[in-house]
Amino acid sequence: MASTPTLEFERPIFELEKQIDELKRMAGDQHLSVDEEIAPLQEKLVALRGEVYKNLSPLQRLQVARSNKRPFSLDYLRLCFTDFVELHGDRLYREDAAIVGGWARLDGETVMVIGHQRGRDTKENLRRNFGMPHPEGYRKALRLMKLAEKFQVPVFTFIDTPGAWAGLGAEERGQAEAIARNLFEMSHLEVPIVATVIGEGGSGGALALGVADRVMMLENSVYSVITVEGCAAILWKDGKSPEMRERAATALKITAQDLLELGVIDEIIPEPVGGAHTNHEVAAASLQEALIRHYEELRKIKPEKLVRRRREKFLKMGQFTE
Amino acid sequence: MAWFKKEKKARQPRRDRLEIPPDVWEKCEACGHTDIREKFVRNFSVCPNCDYHRRIRAVEYVQIIMDDNSWEETEADLRSTDPLGFPDYAGRLKKARTNAGEMDAILTVSGKLGEMPVNLGVMDFAFMGGSMGSVVGEKIARLAQKSLERKHPLIVVSASGGARMQEGVLSLMQMGKVSAVLSQLADRRIPYVSVLTNPTTGGVSASYAMLGDAIIAEPGAVIGFAGPRVIKQTLGQDLPEGFQTAEFLLDHGMLDLVSHRKDLKQTLGRLLRHMSGKPAAAGWATS
Repeated sequence: MASTPTLEFERPIFELEKQIDELKRMAGDQHLSVDEEIAPLQEKLVALRGEVYKNLSPLQRLQVARSNKRPFSLDYLRLCFTDFVELHGDRLYREDAAIVGGWARLDGETVMVIGHQRGRDTKENLRRNFGMPHPEGYRKALRLMKLAEKFQVPVFTFIDTPGAWAGLGAEERGQAEAIARNLFEMSHLEVPIVATVIGEGGSGGALALGVADRVMMLENSVYSVITVEGCAAILWKDGKSPEMRERAATALKITAQDLLELGVIDEIIPEPVGGAHTNHEVAAASLQEALIRHYEELRKIKPEKLVRRRREKFLKMGQFTE
Repeated sequence: MAWFKKEKKARQPRRDRLEIPPDVWEKCEACGHTDIREKFVRNFSVCPNCDYHRRIRAVEYVQIIMDDNSWEETEADLRSTDPLGFPDYAGRLKKARTNAGEMDAILTVSGKLGEMPVNLGVMDFAFMGGSMGSVVGEKIARLAQKSLERKHPLIVVSASGGARMQEGVLSLMQMGKVSAVLSQLADRRIPYVSVLTNPTTGGVSASYAMLGDAIIAEPGAVIGFAGPRVIKQTLGQDLPEGFQTAEFLLDHGMLDLVSHRKDLKQTLGRLLRHMSGKPAAAGWATS
């Protein structure tokens, strides 16, 4: 079935999908075989997807990263892991559904999984605050990390947030402190941490799950210090027009390729042609392979060495002259 | 009714106007109080009438906190580059260097506070709004490294709008970098005190500013993760009076102390002596 395009640049793909569906429907009605007609169209579809996705601009990449058709943390939890038991609450104030986490098994072994969680529809987005956590979310995440450390189990995080929530309650309860505390504690957590940006990695609210031994990004995900809209609004007093957003997206260097070149991430995880949303299972398999591979490497390293290397990794970040 | 009439007095000759140079007077931007400049200066650039803490330069904080002639600047040669080729960043850097100085948005020094060796970093809002890029992160990391090597306490005075947008995700990573080195200090039990001045927001508040073993703020300083303008935008309404001020944070359990600038040195000294197992200093109020 052709899905309705939410992204303008996917329109040619959508048209072709519609054409194929139409042909199939007609064939079904008249009991005809149209396999010969469809085969070249299918090939053309794959080629077209490849073509469109090869040439995405940074802003288009951001739109893909934000798409609600992409797999979310809970999708990867279902597809890459087994035996998931979700844990709730920060034990201090309340439960924050913008971050999910709990015990799970990766390749049969117990691990801790923590990720931002967006909603697929409006109702779920309201419950999950569009994946923008309050301090409670970060404190829950930290509680789960400490729990993992206690039982000597690795931590896998998934980053997928426009940013930490900016609101009265979040400020009153110490949003800044909650994020800072996570950065600090993750810097010396004595179990392996693997972080993956699966959608939008927005600023401090993303980094609060991102101080890790390995940091990876899915091919069409983005990671930025500020939203493209915020940047354009500050620099050019226009955070809305596509031209200014495109300028900001380009200037900020937010794509996985950019971050690999800047030395901020370790690996880009390939997505199926046309983006992770075209095939959740293939995207998850690709992610799962990388998670297992990194864990196999990290589990051999002693805790002190792991922490030392993690610190060294972050101490090296940045560019300057002297 | 002749008795009701005012008796006319002969006019007194006008006194000659004193010629006062205009820069002798200072007017408080908060309450409008006007006083001679000397009074502001002697009061650490705090309004003698309403206690409004004016913004001062990094080197002035160093002079307030450190013992006279005891300190020297560290890592003075680090310079920001333009790693992303960001529009107009090179120009803005040049302008900031001309207007604010070469030290980027932080001045780091090693020296003595009440005869105790300490390392001190002071952010400077005059340099691109105190924004944190690679140089700020690196200077703090190296200063903290010095603290690690010599077991000297670390103090960072923050004044910043947050991460420096023009260095993109590299600025974001400085939050991780400084937090990593602070966790090392913590593991080695070396005290770190954070001082928050107006404003401390964004990536700076969400990393080292909120990680002190003690956190002190200046009265009235605006402190928060999101800036007031951003929150106002999300809410679509005005913020409550006093929201995100130092006093508000103290009430909400986010700070240890709000301290007048004139007491800052002594407060820091007493805290650091407690945390490094040193006896109380002579001459400081300890009752």
